[in-house]
Amino acid sequence: MYAQMIKTARSGVKTRDEMTDQERAFQDKIDNDIKIEPRDWMPDDYRATLIRQIGQHAHSEVVGQLPEGNWITRAPTLERKAILLAKVQDEAGHGLYLYSAAETLGESRDELVRLLHEGRMKYSSIFNYPTLNWADIGAVGWLVDGAAIVNQVALQRTSYGPYSRAMIKICKEESFHARQGYHAIMKMAFGSPEQKRQAQDAVNRLWFPAIMMFGPNDSESTHSEQSMAWKIKVKSNDELRQQFVDQTIPQIEYLGLDLPDPGIRWNEERGHYDFSDPDWSEFFDVIKGNGPCNVDRMTARRKAWDDGEWVRDGLLAHAQKKSARTAAE
Amino acid sequence: MSNEWPLWEVFIRGQHGLSHRHVGSLHAPDADMAIKNARDVYTRRNEGVSIWVVEARHIAATAPGEKGPLFEPSESKVYRHPTFFDIPDEVGHM
Repeated sequence: MYAQMIKTARSGVKTRDEMTDQERAFQDKIDNDIKIEPRDWMPDDYRATLIRQIGQHAHSEVVGQLPEGNWITRAPTLERKAILLAKVQDEAGHGLYLYSAAETLGESRDELVRLLHEGRMKYSSIFNYPTLNWADIGAVGWLVDGAAIVNQVALQRTSYGPYSRAMIKICKEESFHARQGYHAIMKMAFGSPEQKRQAQDAVNRLWFPAIMMFGPNDSESTHSEQSMAWKIKVKSNDELRQQFVDQTIPQIEYLGLDLPDPGIRWNEERGHYDFSDPDWSEFFDVIKGNGPCNVDRMTARRKAWDDGEWVRDGLLAHAQKKSARTAAE
Repeated sequence: MSNEWPLWEVFIRGQHGLSHRHVGSLHAPDADMAIKNARDVYTRRNEGVSIWVVEARHIAATAPGEKGPLFEPSESKVYRHPTFFDIPDEVGHM
């Protein structure tokens, strides 16, 4: 998802007998759905895993602004431009909520940003794909934010209080993102043949990257067990992916577009849609840094950070001078 | 040496006359910028009519470990709740 392939530091979940009293009390709270709050005792690995997951989630929100920002100056109408601007601004806000949640665990925002810029932290694979035509912007809001919602609704029940509260706030705003995206792509799909062709092209290209957002299949997802026991993760990758596929296919059909995967068909017995596995070698390749836009995205992030340095330092120097002056009076 | 902006906690009063409520935090160089940023981050959808910001280092808080003894006095005083007292129905609403 926005946080993919999060490694938990320890391998294997401890049994109750293996736990210390403190660990057992901690697990009891989690099992009873009592939220863990910043100053509560927590295992080091719980803290470390959360910092990685929330940090990666925050980075994804911020890097996610880039493929959409790409289209702000080229939106087809003033209204669409204002809407896109508002959406991109929301993403910055979402990044902030999440960095704040990570900071309650003792990791500063600047440190997390530094780790990202040094390539030691990751962001979601989805943002390494380009947005080539205007229909992509519709498809990103509808499919990418749609997939994010499925994940984030589940994460509202995550065990760490500040993370859960950030998810609740984000989910409230996220449905605007999905709906404006679907609205934009509806216009394309019901428009001229060329517009419809672009809408189809966007869905074809973004479908598999979107379902990859949930991360590898459960059978391959080696880090999940401890995260599930700690309720850092609430539903498995495959559960979330199936939920997304089931809700999205009727939406594609409504647009009158062809399904992007010939393997999609309703399975009466399961009560779910069947669908093809994405090409996981592509996923791992993108995660490793070899996606179409990895280099662009990181270059843009580093440039924004470096170019903003004099502003950050200047404002801080000004604030310090002002408070020194007030103190002297 | 870190040039990180200090952390501020943000409190917002909503439309309906309730108290300011903690909504989150942000970094800003000073109080003026903290308020401006809080406006942009926490009130994009009419969430509030008034903003307070407090630098996080000025907030003193209870320690989670003391939760038991700290709040025990209130747990043992059920008579502080109105439902403790049985009032006959004939008396009417009270």
